[in-house]
Amino acid sequence: MLKIENLQARIDDKEILKGLNIEVKAGEVHAIMGPNGAGKSTLANVIAGKEEYEVTGGTIELNGEDISELAPEERAHAGVFLSFQYPIEIPGVTVTNFIKSSINESRKAQGLEEMPAKEMLKKIREKSELLEIDRKFLSRSLNEGFSGGEKKRNEIFQMAMLEPKLAILDETDSGLDIDALRIVANGVNKLKSKDNAVIVITHYQRLLDYIIPDFVHVLYDGKIVKSGTKDLALELEEKGYDWIKEELNA
Amino acid sequence: MELKEKLVSSFLAFENKVDIDTDSNVHNIRSKAFSDFENKGFPTRKDEEWKYTSLNSILKHDYNVFPKTEESLAYNDVKKYFLNETDCYNLVFIDGKFSSYMSETTHDGIDVCVMSSALNKPKYKMVIDAYFNKLAKDNNSLSDLNTAFSNEGAFINIPKNKVVPKPIQIINFSTGTEQEILIQPRNLVIVGENAHVQIFERHQSLTSNTTLTNSVTEIFVNKRGIVDFYKMQNDVETASLIDGTYVSQQRDSVASVHTFSFGGKLTRNNLEFYQNGAHCVSHMNGISILNGKQHVDNHTLVRHKAPDCESHEMYKGIYDDSSTGVFNGKVIVEQAAQRINAYQQNNNVIVGAKASVNSKPQLEIFADDVKCSHGCTIGQLDESALFYMQQRGIPKKEAKALLMYAFSNDALKNVKIAELKTKINAIIAKKLDVKIGFDL
Repeated sequence: MLKIENLQARIDDKEILKGLNIEVKAGEVHAIMGPNGAGKSTLANVIAGKEEYEVTGGTIELNGEDISELAPEERAHAGVFLSFQYPIEIPGVTVTNFIKSSINESRKAQGLEEMPAKEMLKKIREKSELLEIDRKFLSRSLNEGFSGGEKKRNEIFQMAMLEPKLAILDETDSGLDIDALRIVANGVNKLKSKDNAVIVITHYQRLLDYIIPDFVHVLYDGKIVKSGTKDLALELEEKGYDWIKEELNA
Repeated sequence: MELKEKLVSSFLAFENKVDIDTDSNVHNIRSKAFSDFENKGFPTRKDEEWKYTSLNSILKHDYNVFPKTEESLAYNDVKKYFLNETDCYNLVFIDGKFSSYMSETTHDGIDVCVMSSALNKPKYKMVIDAYFNKLAKDNNSLSDLNTAFSNEGAFINIPKNKVVPKPIQIINFSTGTEQEILIQPRNLVIVGENAHVQIFERHQSLTSNTTLTNSVTEIFVNKRGIVDFYKMQNDVETASLIDGTYVSQQRDSVASVHTFSFGGKLTRNNLEFYQNGAHCVSHMNGISILNGKQHVDNHTLVRHKAPDCESHEMYKGIYDDSSTGVFNGKVIVEQAAQRINAYQQNNNVIVGAKASVNSKPQLEIFADDVKCSHGCTIGQLDESALFYMQQRGIPKKEAKALLMYAFSNDALKNVKIAELKTKINAIIAKKLDVKIGFDL
């Protein structure tokens, strides 16, 4: 599904990713953990194609195709979805209208007709129920005045609507109380299949109690420095990151 | 010959042409206005109110002040400029002359007709004496010029308690049969006590020849009267417009003027509200979406003269290429105007590398218990919002358009004529060169 080799990226002359390698196969869930400033969000944004970041080396392949030169919307059409750590507020555009445009633009890019209104409504109803989203919420302006939890739930709602091949959840657990966390995790789990993959970026092990990863990676100083199973996440929770730093310096 | 000299020599000819009774009040008003114009001349950038709008480029033309021919237009060719799916009263003027075959007037309970007959017929004398030029006098020299040559335009008189069942549209076409023409429409609108009327106004040039329109509209809203006035300014790039719209309100009245500026070479809107009684509400909404070298200048004035009134002003602008905009919003709160609430907002987005905006709020407050707020922003489109939308599969161009749609939407929500709203959405989409799958 996703194969990243020797990825190097910088922002404003500051090297952030320094030769990162990761491979994610269809049907897998990978967790990426690491201390602040290690490059976790940069990795998510670089995969999604944010222009502020300059890729200076390496490759990003999605299903065998190099996507590193594609525009963000083209990557989205290819099946990349990023759940934002800080979703943007867009006053004047309702959640429903936004998701309609989003779906129809993707369909257009694939040479498909617009989704019939009836089908769209049915899908919106199903997915909003899955994420326990109130219908009134859908006619509000996108993310405007939403609480932290509502914003994150709305991100996963959009993910459910778009059915991406590769979903990257950037700190989706931050700002969520335990009930919202359970709803969001439940949503992600229901969307998981043998044909798609999920990368969960998180500080804490908490979310991984609900979304069980197949692999856990530690990102430190722009590289994946350690990989393991979900036990690694527990170990990190218990011991912090210092022991990894020491291991690396040894 | 300089335009001013030409106008001076045209004035006598004008009064002969319109066959005016030289003993009438109207004649006196015109003569006075003409000498005022002669004394003041055209405004220049030395005048503070014209600092950012130069008339030089539009005054250098050799305008014909008396367009000769009445070009006959086929309705089907110009239908798109009308609200054509909404049943309306129509007042259509071609090169400044009334076109009866395209119009639908009425005298049935209300007067929806033309200024030329109101100014000349004895039965309207009282109304004309009571209202004509009461607001436009002693104002800027361009309004004086309009008054001097005032002869044709819309005359709308809605008596007490009448709710006009359908909108009235005033359409001014310039056909440009001659090279360069100047037309000066003059409208008078009187909304009686408790009466309600909706008016749509448009100036449209059908030629690539240079046209200049110097229009004046006086609106009087009596007690509890309601008026909604919509101005569509989406003209071709050889057409310029100077508009003076003056609104006088009595107690408990509600007056709204919406200005949609999407086209034209140079557009200057002088919009003034005078609140004479308590509990008046005034709304001014504007959207300007410009590109190329277009220039729009919105100059507004609200004079709060009475207590417990409100004024709400919201102007949005999107400037692409090397277009330029001006917003100057002045609010004067007189001592008697206690407990008023004056709100003013002007938000601008600069898209073009060479585009610019000058925004200036002005408050003069002489009462002590008032609430006045204003805000103005000039910015670019939010890059992080664009990335967010692109990440969800919306291409950058559409994402930009969607953001601009959303941005201008605030000023659109009070449009009460459905067809007009649809039309404006379509114009915005065309202007931004995108197809939007839904109306906001």
